[in-house]
Amino acid sequence: MGGKKIVCRCNDVTVEEVEALIDSGVTDIEEIKRLLRIGMGPCQGRTCIPIVLSILARKTGKRQEEIPLPKARVPTRPVRVEVIVGGADE
Amino acid sequence: MSKIAIIGGGIIGVVTAYELAKLGEEVILFEKNYFGSGSTFRCATGIRAQFTDEANIRLMKHSVERWEKLEEELESDIVFRQTGYLFLAASEEEVEAFKANIKLQNKFGVPTRLIDMDEAKEIVPILNTEPFLAGAWNPKDGKANPFKTLFAYLFKAKELGVDAREHTEVIGFEREGDTITAVKFRNNGKVESVKVDAVLNAANAWAPLINEMAGLKWDLVPITAYKHQLVKTEPLEPGQAEPLVCPPSWNDAYIIQDGEDGGIICGAGIEHKAKSLDDYEPTYDFLRGVLDYAVRIAPPLRYAHVVRQWAGFYAKTPDSNPAIGRLLDNFYIAAGFSGHGFMMAPAVGEAMAELISKGRSKVPLDWEWYDPYRFERGELRTSAFQIG
Ligand SMILES: Cc1cc2nc3c(=O)[nH]c(=O)nc-3n(C[C@H](O)[C@H](O)[C@H](O)COP(=O)(O)OP(=O)(O)OC[C@H]3O[C@@H](n4cnc5c(N)ncnc54)[C@H](O)[C@@H]3O)c2cc1C
Ligand code: FES
Repeated sequence: MGGKKIVCRCNDVTVEEVEALIDSGVTDIEEIKRLLRIGMGPCQGRTCIPIVLSILARKTGKRQEEIPLPKARVPTRPVRVEVIVGGADE
Repeated sequence: MSKIAIIGGGIIGVVTAYELAKLGEEVILFEKNYFGSGSTFRCATGIRAQFTDEANIRLMKHSVERWEKLEEELESDIVFRQTGYLFLAASEEEVEAFKANIKLQNKFGVPTRLIDMDEAKEIVPILNTEPFLAGAWNPKDGKANPFKTLFAYLFKAKELGVDAREHTEVIGFEREGDTITAVKFRNNGKVESVKVDAVLNAANAWAPLINEMAGLKWDLVPITAYKHQLVKTEPLEPGQAEPLVCPPSWNDAYIIQDGEDGGIICGAGIEHKAKSLDDYEPTYDFLRGVLDYAVRIAPPLRYAHVVRQWAGFYAKTPDSNPAIGRLLDNFYIAAGFSGHGFMMAPAVGEAMAELISKGRSKVPLDWEWYDPYRFERGELRTSAFQIG
């Protein structure tokens, strides 16, 4: 484990990285998402977004409900390409 | 020192802010949403000098030279990689057209060359070579991470004193004659105004609204918001499709492997006119259409999973060339990038900053070619070679 606290398992992001970015002045969740790739893994942030929201709330003194959730992207679960293009030669 | 307002915190606004600060100017940068929220954070990351006209080739040659030095200058890893662009010809006529383009590009020092399909297959192992006759290959084209690039510029700009305000919307100007004297803006419901010496409209798809605020006609610079979409797959092993690969005759379909996470980004010229300037809704016809092309270009993609799809705007002008220059005495525009604003930003930001600060620039930017008044005069340029 090496003592690293992981926030995002999909993209291997640590608590320290999130905190350091917020300390550098980046407090918009959409920006944090893109700079650290939280929420951009196959699980679409199911695990990491709630944790990042709580870190953000703690660091900025905002209530968690005040922080908008980042936009989720379709598809909500990974789909195999052939399932979508398959139609043509079925 | 003058006070310069920049409207739009996308890559163009942010780079220009940084370049102006380097020249010692005082800059206030407005972004109505979060930085990068317009087109910039939705782009396909591609950077190329393979254009088909002199103005865009020369500008991009210079821009690529800037890109090559950015990591050092900005002291930040922006994941810039010269992994090339590979265009594929599907007919003899296209091969001839490629040869003519390559000749023009070579004339200005861009090292594109014609390659056969064996070489193409070495560069892109998952390529389906069968439908194609030849490729136009420039190994100096490439890609970079738009999120990291924008923030690398923004952090440096702030270090140099730029007053960068997000969630702050510009809502009007004060104008005396042909001079803008103040900018009015709103943050958290509060309206304020600031006296300025010059203003840059870098609002891209929203630029016509800003022109209107300055008392100009909406269609003086006719920019249309076309919805462009991308689909991304799960990460594949690096090296599968590192260059941007595009057969232009297949509706400009392309694939490019993300330089960081290895997912394959798939695009195509399946356009929708946006219903509004907030219409970012992805569509199923695009998903289906783009993947059809993607598996024809690279059949193994059939077995990959799609992990996301998103939409953004190609802020398109009638000739697909941006509008760059002066609109009023102290009111400037750099907008309407029609799908090329990310790659052009290092050069355009530098040129724009020099124009505003010194009245002229050493960047090889053909001001006449990009003249924002050309539309009003009905003088369109040769369409900039656009993909996607
Ligand atoms: C799907 C897709 C793929 C693309 N692929 C590529 C590519 O591979 N390579 C490439 O070079 N380009 C690509 N592009 C194009 C590129 O993304 C754009 O040309 C570029 O990001 C434009 O940057 P910009 O700063 O001009 O505009 P934007 O990033 O759109 O920034 C304009 C900003 O102005 C802000 N704004 C608007 N009105 C106001 C107001 N009243 N007050 C304050 N702020 C305001 C907006 O919120 C916005 O953030 C792609 C675009 C899309 C959509
Ligand atoms: S845990 Fe962060 S995206 Fe899955």
